[in-house]
Amino acid sequence: MIAKYKESAMRIVFLLCACVSILAVALICIFLFANGLPAMAEIGVFKFLFGTTWSPSQGEFGILPMIVGSIYVTAGAILIGVPIGILCAVFLAKYCPKPLYKMMKPAIELLAGIPSVVYGFFGLVVIVPIMRQLVGTGKNVLTASVLLGMMILPTIVSVSESALRAVPKAYYEGALALGATHERSVFGVTLPAAKSGVAAGVVLGVGRALGEALAVSMIAGNQAVIPGSLFDGVRTLTSNIVVEMGYAEGLHKEALIATAVVLFVFVMVINVSFSLVKKKG
Amino acid sequence: MEKAINTLSIRDKLRTYRKHSGSFVLFLITCLAALAVAAVFVFLVGYILVKGIPHLSPRLFEWNYTTENVSMMPAIINTLFIMVLTLIVAVPFGVFSAIYLSEYAKRGNRAVKLIRLTTETLAGIPSIVYGLFGYLMFNVTLHFGYSMLSGALTLAIMVLPTVMRTTEEALLAVPDSYREGSFGLGAGRLRTVFRVVLPSALPGIMSGVILAMGRIVGETAALIYTAGSVTGIANGLFASGATLSVHLYVLLSEGFYTNEAYATAVVLLVFVLVINVLSGFLTKKAALKGDSI
Repeated sequence: MIAKYKESAMRIVFLLCACVSILAVALICIFLFANGLPAMAEIGVFKFLFGTTWSPSQGEFGILPMIVGSIYVTAGAILIGVPIGILCAVFLAKYCPKPLYKMMKPAIELLAGIPSVVYGFFGLVVIVPIMRQLVGTGKNVLTASVLLGMMILPTIVSVSESALRAVPKAYYEGALALGATHERSVFGVTLPAAKSGVAAGVVLGVGRALGEALAVSMIAGNQAVIPGSLFDGVRTLTSNIVVEMGYAEGLHKEALIATAVVLFVFVMVINVSFSLVKKKG
Repeated sequence: MEKAINTLSIRDKLRTYRKHSGSFVLFLITCLAALAVAAVFVFLVGYILVKGIPHLSPRLFEWNYTTENVSMMPAIINTLFIMVLTLIVAVPFGVFSAIYLSEYAKRGNRAVKLIRLTTETLAGIPSIVYGLFGYLMFNVTLHFGYSMLSGALTLAIMVLPTVMRTTEEALLAVPDSYREGSFGLGAGRLRTVFRVVLPSALPGIMSGVILAMGRIVGETAALIYTAGSVTGIANGLFASGATLSVHLYVLLSEGFYTNEAYATAVVLLVFVLVINVLSGFLTKKAALKGDSI
C-alpha cells in the first residue's frame, strides 16, 4: 500500500519538476514584458523601435541604430563563420585522416568551451590593433563580425559534422559508383542530404551571434549611430544593455529592459521560424 | 579513411584532379577552411598562453584581493561556490524532468509537447536576457540584492535545458530489456528508475552536468547584474561575489591590469580544458557501456 502511494507521489514530483521549465519561461516573459512594455508605451512603440536617436539624457530612446547594428554584425558573422564552418565540417567528416581528427576534434570542442569574455579579450588585444592599422580606432563593424564569426565557428562545425555523419554512407557510395569524384559526391550528394542538420547549426550560430553581449561590447565601439560603412563603430542591442545598465535609472533603465525584450523577441522569431521550416521539410 | 576496394593511390588522385579541376578547387578550399579553423585555435590559445603564463605569479593566488596583488583566488572560490549552488538547484530538477519525459510521460501528451517547447525556448535565450531577468526577479522583486543566490538561481534556469537534454538522451539509451527485466522481477516503476535505469545512465548524465559546469565557468553576462562583481570571497548566500569570468571582464573594463588579465585568461582556459577532458572521458565511458550491452 505504502509503495503504491510512493509511486504516485513520485510521479507527481517528477511531473512538477518537468513543469519548472514552463514556469521559468512564463516568469521570464512576465518579468521582461511587465518591466519593458510600459517603458515602450511611454516612449511610444513606433518612436522606440524606429527612432534613430538614442540619447537618454535628453529623453530620446530610439533603438533603430542598435537593431540595424545587431543585424549588420550578425550578418557579417554569418558571412565569415558559416562557409568556413561548413567546409571545416566537411573536412572533418569526409577528408580528415584519423590521427589529425584526434587532434582537431578536441581543439574544436575546446574552442566551443572558451568563455566569451576570453574571446572578447582576444579581440581587444589582437584584432582591434590590426584593424587600427587599417582604419580609425579599430573598433568597428568588421572587427565585431570577425570576432563573432570566430565565436560561432565551433557551434557550426560540430553540429554540421554530426549532420554529415548521419547521412547514410550508401548515398556517397552511390554517387561514387556513378562516376562522380569524391568532391562531387560529398558536395553534390552528402551535403544536400544533411542540409537540415547544417541549417540547425547555422541557426544556433546566429542565435549565439545575436545574443553575444560582452565580447561585442568590448570591440564594437558602441556608438549609438547607424553605421555608414564597415569601418564605423557600431552598437548592438546587447551592448546597449551592457554599456548603460550599470548606471541607468528610471525610464532609461526600463528602456534598456525594453531593448532586452526586443532582443528576446528577435531570437524567438528566428527559432520559431526555423522549427516551422524544419517541420515542413 | 575508409579502406575500400576503390582506395586510390596519390597518383590516381592527382590524375582525377587534373581531369576534374572543379573538384580540385573544392578540395583546396575545404582544406583551407579546416586550416583556418585550426589557425584560429592555435592563435587564440597560443596567444593567451604565451602572454599569460609568464605573468602567473604566486601573488595572483593570494587569499585576499587587494589592488596591489589583483589576486584571482577569491574569484576562483566564488566560481566553485556558484557552480556548486547552481548544480544543487539545476541537477535534481533537470534529472527529474528528464525522468518524467522518458520514463513516465505517454507519447503525444500535450504537457510533454509544451515542456519540450519551453525547454527549447530556454536554450535559445541570450545570456544577457537571463541576466536582466535574474536582476528583475531575484535582486529586485525578491530583494536578494546582488548575491550568490541570485546568480546561482539565474544560472540554474540557464543550464536546466542542458542537463535535461543530456539526461534524457542518456535515459533513452538504456535498453528496454533492463526495464523489462526489473519489472519482471517484481520491481515497481520507481524502483526500476532509481535502481536500474539511473545507474546505467550515470556516465551520460555526468557528461551533461559537466557541460553545465562549462557554461557556468564561462558565463559573464548573466552574472554581472545578479551576482555582481565584488572582488572579495562571498561569505554566504546573500553576499555578492565575482566569478572568474566576471573578474576578467572587470579587469578588462578597468583597463589597468592587462598582464593580470592574461594570467586570469590562462586559468580560465585551464578550467575549460579540465572540464572538456573530463566530459570526453565520461562520454567515452558511456559509449563503452552502450557497446557492451
